Amino acid sequence: MIRVLYFARLRDRLGVAEEQLETFPPTLGALREQLAARGGDWGEAFSDRVLMAVNQEMAGPETPLADGDEVGFFPPVTGG
Amino acid sequence: MKTRIAVQTEPFDLAEETARLSAGDVTIGAVASFLGLVRGHNRVGEDDADIATLTLEHYPGMTEKALHRIVDAAAERWPLQAVTVIHRVGELRLGEPIVLVLTASAHRQAAFDACQFIMDILKTEAPFWKKERLPDGGERWVDARESDSEAAARWLRD
Repeated sequence: MIRVLYFARLRDRLGVAEEQLETFPPTLGALREQLAARGGDWGEAFSDRVLMAVNQEMAGPETPLADGDEVGFFPPVTGG
Repeated sequence: MKTRIAVQTEPFDLAEETARLSAGDVTIGAVASFLGLVRGHNRVGEDDADIATLTLEHYPGMTEKALHRIVDAAAERWPLQAVTVIHRVGELRLGEPIVLVLTASAHRQAAFDACQFIMDILKTEAPFWKKERLPDGGERWVDARESDSEAAARWLRD
């Protein structure tokens, strides 16, 4: 199982802050594609630039996923 | 290196933080500071608008890790004795402080450069997001700026 978190504008568009996935694809990029394929708001939201993190570190699409991982999806950051 | 990193809802005090940063270390000859304030006016595309309040969201846990990594990267590039980074979250009023970066070194150039580096990288890598509330009650998420990406990329090229 992995835990998936969504933040800021992306979370507002999806209407979901957090979910647990019992089954998940082998890589972060494949997970993103799987989420985008849910259709409706999901396809649209993931067509924008979305940053990704695995276990609270920025990560690229080739990053492998393992049981217990925490995955974060969020828009480009605007702090400071 | 003495490091203080905080993500908090409470305000902070520049003078107090500066005194705490350099206390007891007489090898420090220079402290540079950057203080970011909530600006009452923002341009989004063609829309130039006044804002009422600003709300800062973050990714708890990842934010602190990202700030530590940025400070560590600064310490690898410049000889620093102490660094403080404080970033506020939650709802902030106009004119209130949002972010503070203090860098302490023996000489000014390292302190100036490290302070700018930390802010430039923070702007593109630390997971904070700003949402503006407008005077009419409407809300909008702030878009990332291309100029911020360019400022961060400059350090990675050098």
